[in-house]
Amino acid sequence: MDSDDLIDTLRRIGIEYGGVAGTVLPTRPDVIIMRAGSVVVKAHAPGAEREPLVERMRATAHPALRQIMLQPVTEEVITAGDRLVTVWPAGTPVNPADPDAAPWEAAARLLARLHAVPARTLPPLREAGGPGRVATTVARLGDRSAAELAVRRAFSCLPSPSAGPGGLTHGDWHMGQMVRAPDEWILIDNDDLGVGDQAWDLSRPAAWFAAGLLEPQVWHRFLDAYRAAGGTAVPPDGDPWERLEIPAQAMTIQLAAAAVSTAGRAGRPLDEVEEILVEACLRIIRHRSACHAVPTQ
Amino acid sequence: MQCPKCRGAMRTYERNGVHIDQCESCRGIFLDYGELETLTRMESQWSQQSHAAPPPPPPPVHGAPGYGAPAWGAPHHGHYGHHRQRSWVGMLFST
Repeated sequence: MDSDDLIDTLRRIGIEYGGVAGTVLPTRPDVIIMRAGSVVVKAHAPGAEREPLVERMRATAHPALRQIMLQPVTEEVITAGDRLVTVWPAGTPVNPADPDAAPWEAAARLLARLHAVPARTLPPLREAGGPGRVATTVARLGDRSAAELAVRRAFSCLPSPSAGPGGLTHGDWHMGQMVRAPDEWILIDNDDLGVGDQAWDLSRPAAWFAAGLLEPQVWHRFLDAYRAAGGTAVPPDGDPWERLEIPAQAMTIQLAAAAVSTAGRAGRPLDEVEEILVEACLRIIRHRSACHAVPTQ
Repeated sequence: MQCPKCRGAMRTYERNGVHIDQCESCRGIFLDYGELETLTRMESQWSQQSHAAPPPPPPPVHGAPGYGAPAWGAPHHGHYGHHRQRSWVGMLFST
């Protein structure tokens, strides 16, 4: 099925569930989102596996996640050629043109409520997708430039992920993963929903704060709201970094790897933000070597 | 996506929060609805900033007792403010 056929199929699905011919909305390159009246039709990334998505749709539609995760219009996973398609109510995303108005507290409360849902109350879910993405993003990176080598070296300093007890996690939280539907903020995108280290859901803001990109005031608003809502990924008081350190370092490395790859593909030098991420990787290398140096025999 | 001009393959880039589709054959560029306005706005913000005095550094922030920044965190007051509309905003919203 070529892309025109896929768009035609999505349009037919949009007419069936939303009553009107849809239009494609901007999103990340591997996913297609079509808005059709009161619904959106989502073609998941190429290569997405059917059975895990069926399980995630079942879990997402469970009443325990109502008002936390957006409930699908139908649990059905539709096949369109080689792509899997799901149908969701349309919502209003966070406005990227006004980052100061981003709903940090609402995000923190939603994540805290998600983390409070015992995974055993939901239909069974697999391991959350987040942590695996660090390795795949680093693996796609070149190994020639100083930046590429710094990111690779930081990754090699990370301890291997420990298989500790996990809870329910979104797996890929950022500000694009919330919509107002219709009035309240709610989490969207179950592509990485699963069981794993819940601190992973705080790893992006933690990484942005540690790198010096996110204002400390905003980070503390987010963290305080998460704790006030009973969030379980960090202790209720005291130092949150014991739990956040490894996920935040891993996420810093992932963001740096993605940024360096993107700049390389575009054939341009790193911009200021990308340089900041690579600098953070250099600090991770220094920190980990200082803290965890083991004498060799 | 296919290039409307030459039917070549279009490739999507995210540059400073703006989605750009570029044709791999003729190098033509397609902007999504609203992206031209975003570019214009960023350009005017950039020219305002480069003509105005640099913003004052943010006041130092002291975390609540018992939790501050990690030891491997950014050493100074961070880099916030002057690049709020640049690639960091794109990162805030994307996987």
